[in-house]
Amino acid sequence: MPKIKEICRHVRTKNAGPFWVTVDFFFRDADAYHKYVGSEDLGPDLFARMFGADPEKIKRIPVESLNMVKISYVRPKPQAWFGERDMHSGQLFARLLEVGIRESTAEPA
Amino acid sequence: MKDYTPLDKEVIVIVPTGMLGAGIQREHIKNGIAAGAVAIAVDSGSTDSGPYYLARGVSKMNREAIKHDLLVLVSEAYSAGIPILVGTCATSGTDQGVDWARDIAIEVARELGIQPKIACLYSEQNAATLKQKNSDGKILPLAPMGDLSDEVIDSCDHIVALMGPEPYIKAVEAGADIVLGGRTSDAAVLSAIAIMHGAGAGQAWHAAKIAECGGQCTEYMRRGGVLMRVGREAFDIDPLDPENVASPESVSAHMLYETTDPIRLIEPGGILDAFESRYTQITDRITRVTGSKWEPQPYTMKLEGARGGPFQSIMVIGIEDPDVLANLDHFHDQMYSVLTDRISRLFAEETTDFDVSLRIYGWNGTSGRPVPKDTPPPLDVGVMLVITAPTQDLANRMAKSVNPIFFHMPLRPQMELPSYAFPFTPAEVPRGQVFEFVLNHAVQTTDGLELVRTEWTDMKTSDTRETTHA
Repeated sequence: MPKIKEICRHVRTKNAGPFWVTVDFFFRDADAYHKYVGSEDLGPDLFARMFGADPEKIKRIPVESLNMVKISYVRPKPQAWFGERDMHSGQLFARLLEVGIRESTAEPA
Repeated sequence: MKDYTPLDKEVIVIVPTGMLGAGIQREHIKNGIAAGAVAIAVDSGSTDSGPYYLARGVSKMNREAIKHDLLVLVSEAYSAGIPILVGTCATSGTDQGVDWARDIAIEVARELGIQPKIACLYSEQNAATLKQKNSDGKILPLAPMGDLSDEVIDSCDHIVALMGPEPYIKAVEAGADIVLGGRTSDAAVLSAIAIMHGAGAGQAWHAAKIAECGGQCTEYMRRGGVLMRVGREAFDIDPLDPENVASPESVSAHMLYETTDPIRLIEPGGILDAFESRYTQITDRITRVTGSKWEPQPYTMKLEGARGGPFQSIMVIGIEDPDVLANLDHFHDQMYSVLTDRISRLFAEETTDFDVSLRIYGWNGTSGRPVPKDTPPPLDVGVMLVITAPTQDLANRMAKSVNPIFFHMPLRPQMELPSYAFPFTPAEVPRGQVFEFVLNHAVQTTDGLELVRTEWTDMKTSDTRETTHA
């Protein structure tokens, strides 16, 4: 099972306003996009497990023309509240790189 | 190299940088004016750096940096006879932030020996107005928020509403040389002049969205901003630096930045729909975008509010002791428990409301997540202790109370007392207050002007300390 860092050429995380974090998965190429964009392993559970996100509050927008998918979740606490370790959420991507991803079982939405 | 054929009836606007105060090269502005720009538009704010700036109404950028950039822009624009639009003055766009920027602009004008007409646009909202709007059912929550209560409105230190392009257009039509806006949608301040001159609304908004971070939509992001060349059916992104390139990749990728939906963007008065947008390289340096659409909607302005919370005091140590470094998780847990117990016991009668956060940088301080087994020990770590309490005085006293533990806790009880490396004395640093964004709502208005106030400073005719109300 390949890792996220192997199927993506770039992964980035960034705050999107004070209440959301957005994760951009840029797949290696069109082939990787089609194989993995719909994978269950990129589903809400991943964001609950890695970031403590509410799996009911996930937005997912695939952009085929750029071979990428943008997945956003609600921060468990708003930006800058005490306990904050990463205002811009810019380092959160690192914990995703080693996660293994299985191929999609369904056609990409 | 392909020759460049400009768009029919294009409106050219200079976007010199993504953030006023980040640094502007005069040569870039001259290039833009020579290309036929009819305005300079720039953003000066963001919520990105956190709620402190809105809660306190102060700028993240220092005054000297803002003045430097304004001096370049005002001198070039004034001699070319084109207006300058600045959105979200002083980071958060409060009324006092607009006044701060106006005072800098007046100082700049005096130094240049010119008499511009300055329009200030204010969009800070008072609690009474918003409570009325709320009871009229005109305030709508945006995900993940629920309905707004009067208590939350009252708890905010400042509340601002994001302006659309309308107040900017009105000010420029009334003869403003410099427009200084309160909180504004980044794209609105950049799109205003193109919309005013009859460019396509979808094109103007989309171009503005692309250009909102200046050179970030180009291949060499730190080489200055861009020209927006906005036509009726298409727009071009043309970098201000002749060596820089706007490619379909760099331009389209910018739509993904800092947003949860890169296809449909909700703005004041409508939705930008980029679903059918196509990005084409038309010269070595310029990318053209077609197919963008604007769907007018009943007018709404997004609200942002911030308030103060508890206070923090921090302490920092460095550790190179190999014995500690080989047992960092144990060290962390033991330290955390001893610190927390001591504060709990010592302050029991005063408060139980405090938080201790212990972060080992160089191990897992950034994430706070468990480190995989068999991870080799680091050579050096920094340990930051953050104590959060209801007042600064309490946070400071709590920090002092654990000073001997934090600096001298042995890994094992029978060991000689260690001293970890602490870099400051006094050791505890009063860090100040924690602030919080509390609103994520939109207010319905009759149009883009209802909740906006405009004030004029005409340096030709008036003493600059006086302003007239429009």
